[in-house]
Amino acid sequence: MGLWHPRTGGLLVLAAVIAILPAFLANAFYYDVIILVGINAIVCVGLNLLIGYAGQISLGHAAFFGLGAYFSAVLTGTYDWPPLAAMLSGAVAVGALSFAVARPILKLRGHYLAMGTLGLGIIISIALNREAWITGGPDGMAVPSFSVLGWEPSGDLTWYGIVGGLLLISVWLALNLVDSPVGRALRSVHGSEVAASVAGVDVISYKVLIFVVSAVLASLAGSLFAHFAGFITPDEAGFIHSIELVTMVVLGGMASTYGAIVGAAILTILPQLLTVFHDFEMLVFGGILMGTMIFMRKGLVPSLAALVTRWRR
Amino acid sequence: MTLLRAEGLHKVFGAVAAIQDLSFTVSPGTVHSIIGPNGAGKTTLFNLITGLYQPTEGRIYFEDNDITAQPPHVLARHGLSRTFQNLQIFLNMTALDNVMVGYHLQCDSRFLPSLLRFPSVTRRDAEYRERAAELMAFVGLKDYVKADASAMPYGALKRLEIARALAVQPKMLLLDEPAAGLNPAETLAIDALIQKVADRGLTVVLVEHDMRLVWAVSNRILVLNYGRKLAEGTGPEVRANPEVVAAYLGEGGRDL
Repeated sequence: MGLWHPRTGGLLVLAAVIAILPAFLANAFYYDVIILVGINAIVCVGLNLLIGYAGQISLGHAAFFGLGAYFSAVLTGTYDWPPLAAMLSGAVAVGALSFAVARPILKLRGHYLAMGTLGLGIIISIALNREAWITGGPDGMAVPSFSVLGWEPSGDLTWYGIVGGLLLISVWLALNLVDSPVGRALRSVHGSEVAASVAGVDVISYKVLIFVVSAVLASLAGSLFAHFAGFITPDEAGFIHSIELVTMVVLGGMASTYGAIVGAAILTILPQLLTVFHDFEMLVFGGILMGTMIFMRKGLVPSLAALVTRWRR
Repeated sequence: MTLLRAEGLHKVFGAVAAIQDLSFTVSPGTVHSIIGPNGAGKTTLFNLITGLYQPTEGRIYFEDNDITAQPPHVLARHGLSRTFQNLQIFLNMTALDNVMVGYHLQCDSRFLPSLLRFPSVTRRDAEYRERAAELMAFVGLKDYVKADASAMPYGALKRLEIARALAVQPKMLLLDEPAAGLNPAETLAIDALIQKVADRGLTVVLVEHDMRLVWAVSNRILVLNYGRKLAEGTGPEVRANPEVVAAYLGEGGRDL
């Protein structure tokens, strides 16, 4: 397999973009936005495995992101845990929680699955709001800075490097998975559950697996966000954030790992450009989601890729 | 010696008994057809055998193992595979990947090795990719190896489903109306394909309305009517049975 195989080629392009981008980031605000893009992109790469490849909707993924953030905040802030240990404990806890709820939830299909995940997200969001003695309630809580073995990442470029590196690793792992028998099984579940099961694919187990994987990735990204931002509120886990994440995946392109990154980039940067319209943000997001479904059902990246192949012919 | 044995099967949907007190056996290496009027319970029977439905009563044995109410993915391990009357193709995948899903149990689908792209995983995958292409050639889809399933014509998709079912490497292949919707020439080709599959020693259970195809390929025929067994036997025996003629074949059917 040569270096310019689509797989490795795409990864190289992504690495090059991550490496070159700082040259265009004029000030700290730009860095903040781009790092946020990276964190959202990590969540979307995982969520895309669930939505784009396995064809299962989740309207509650921000809850896993929020749980990861709060695990890091509470364990490091209140209990003085080392940040890395807090982050990994959060990921394990979210993994266990998502595994416990996955089987009953993923037996649902279509609208019912959407409702189930929506309900789960709202419950977690309410808990984070109400249990103020742990979480600080709606006012949010401060998060100590990140450190590993005494080393404390500080400065925008360092955080940029960490998030960029982790995004690259997430994309590599996602591409591996997609291009494996596991990824094929996930796509077959999307295509026809009954045919997949007849071919020997344990449909429920695969749905549970990818739900847990995407939840754990969201949790890790949440922890990262908590330490980067230094302050979190229950909004991180809220319904609106869940919808934003789904919109990113759908706009960028379902079943396209790079599409998930493009979607995250557009929908993270757009609200910064449209600060004037802040009150109408959800309106814009809803409009984009509808527009994509009507005019470009496969999403940006797959649609553009199809255009390019047509031109070449 | 029997491969499949059904004993006293009942399947009730609400107030409707789709299958009633049905017992039959399938011998290995034979082509066994199930015929009967629409609504006689043929597809219900298929769904019972392949684990999509659970029988209300009765038991099913495959190679003397009780497989009653086992889920389809477990039955695939036992060596049962099927196609569908209304196509069930993975339209979001290439034709070759459709067949590759059939090889799912043969490929290395462990999570961590897949996530980290172990060479053992990719090597095995490449190996089965070649076999999948050969299998596509075997069913007559050589030209579609690189095609997207969504870009293939109906007749080709029927064959693709058969290729995917064969990839499961079944001991018994259940074909639900493989000729439905095909023109006479395509039906003849499917006829030849079923014969080719049977010649490999694979046991085939066939639901089909095209009687020419049924007479041509079947060793034994089971006739259902209102969910009950109306008759069972070889082609000539069934054709001579006045009840079968009255319920399904009609007077003209004798001459087909």
